[in-house]
Amino acid sequence: MADDPSASVLANGIHVVVKRDCATCVMVAPLLTQLQLSNGITIYSQDDAAFPDGARVIHDADLSISWHNDIETVPTVIKIVDGKETERIVGWLQNEWANMFNLPNIGDGLPTHRPGCGSLSVDPDKVDALRAKFEGSLLTSRRVDIASLEDEMEALFARGWTDGLPVVPPTQERVMRMLSGTSLAPTDIVAIAPPDLVALTVEKIAINAVMAGCLPEYLPWVIAALKAVCTDEFNMHGVLATTMPVGPVIVCSGPGSRAIGMNSGVNVLGQGNRANMTIGRAVQLTIRNVGGGRPGEIDRAAHGMPGKLSFCFAEDEVGSPWTSLAVARGVATDTDAVTVFAGEGPRCVTDQLARTPEQLVTSLAATLLTVEHPKLPLAYDAMLVVGPEHARVFGDAGWSRERVIEELHARLQLKGTDIVRGSHGMAEGVLQKYEQLTVSKFRPNGILLVHAGGGAGLFSEIIGGWASGAVGSEPVTQLVTNVGMR
Amino acid sequence: MTTTTSTTITVRFVLDPTSERNPSQRQILVRPSSLTGLTVGLLDISKARGDVFLDQLERRLVGVGASVKRFRKPTFTKPAPVDLRHEIAISCNVVIEALAD
Repeated sequence: MADDPSASVLANGIHVVVKRDCATCVMVAPLLTQLQLSNGITIYSQDDAAFPDGARVIHDADLSISWHNDIETVPTVIKIVDGKETERIVGWLQNEWANMFNLPNIGDGLPTHRPGCGSLSVDPDKVDALRAKFEGSLLTSRRVDIASLEDEMEALFARGWTDGLPVVPPTQERVMRMLSGTSLAPTDIVAIAPPDLVALTVEKIAINAVMAGCLPEYLPWVIAALKAVCTDEFNMHGVLATTMPVGPVIVCSGPGSRAIGMNSGVNVLGQGNRANMTIGRAVQLTIRNVGGGRPGEIDRAAHGMPGKLSFCFAEDEVGSPWTSLAVARGVATDTDAVTVFAGEGPRCVTDQLARTPEQLVTSLAATLLTVEHPKLPLAYDAMLVVGPEHARVFGDAGWSRERVIEELHARLQLKGTDIVRGSHGMAEGVLQKYEQLTVSKFRPNGILLVHAGGGAGLFSEIIGGWASGAVGSEPVTQLVTNVGMR
Repeated sequence: MTTTTSTTITVRFVLDPTSERNPSQRQILVRPSSLTGLTVGLLDISKARGDVFLDQLERRLVGVGASVKRFRKPTFTKPAPVDLRHEIAISCNVVIEALAD
């Protein structure tokens, strides 16, 4: 619908926006009628065109005046001088009204102050439609009509835009609401999306975030994760194209992860938390729909894994005996960040008997040895998600994050004779030239330690990686920025 | 008295979540009827033992009168760099990209 904001520009003079459905407006209504006669004020009513009684009223029926002049409360009094707003009074404040109209005794008999009521233009039931109406022209994406007899959910499946689960239809209203979660403009380009190398705009991300089921406050996290996976270091193209079962594992850190309600505790890698599920899903949907990374096309995974729908969780920083993964990777304390890791599905390490850090780290190392194959060293990283009950064993003994990683590496030095091709009856393994050498299972920075999980259960989880380093993928950490409205 | 039934048709729309890009259409070159005298580029994608396969292929190609140029991607996990693609395009008549695993 066409909207001309210039029609809502206020002329020089004093303007008052009111509605009948507001006790404060009703209280000052006789005064406004009087002020119109004496001072020539302009009165806008949001609801009743005949309110205040006896006044000449401009009916702001479509709320365009209210919207374009940022009216949040009624009554609001605005003074315009030389085309510019010089004063604004929100609600009834006798002193301020007296000053503005230069009438010391204004409103005698009324209380000295009384707050106003919510403007209809910010009514939660109306605001999405108004934003779409008045600011929808900011959006440049093609509009795809859905026939009146067409089931919109089926229509989105039919166009190939889903990951196999239903998506929320990305209407203009929903996309505008989603965009309120970031201070970036819809046209801002935040990354180049593989595999088609498409300039990725905030608008396209917001559309896919709507489809994934995100709330607006998740959007900065989705954007940060997409910035991270679209780097050459992370190599999303390769993560898609590989026949191995990997996808971006997104670890969220910082106070903002808690503010948006992310789960770092019970069932942390599982279902049930909206932020965890939808942030990861939005990243994957964006790569699918904008980047063009679809299974069976560029995505050539032999098996894939369920986490390719979404694999996103928060670190438990509050209950951790260690610094967070983000801090360990150079992010300042209490700063919001995401770390992306090309990983496969998680597997559990059970050790319910270890009571010393030495026993426990030996168990963890023994299981880490099996990442991809017990006889394949150095080619793969791993993320180790240590549960609180396991972490407590290390914490009680004073083992830092660095100590745990060091002790793991010490137990993951492999003898060449054990891992050469053919040894132990297995063809898989390293070349014969390594037979007399000792080889580390992981490269020095190849173990990523995260503290997360429910408070009961002597378990940790291993997320095996994909081809590591410059050959394949490096983990990437990205700050979460541009939170909130423009 | 005439009664009319008016039906309000509400046009619903969603916003396109895709890149909306128009892929450029390129005409595929006609396949040569013979490789004799042509330069064939062999692109090794850097997967293990790809060279074994390409060595064999090179012998066969030379045997039918083609000349062969060998190229190699830095890593199999990323697309071939644009400079490498350009070099192949300007120095070869035909290219064979091999995947070995």
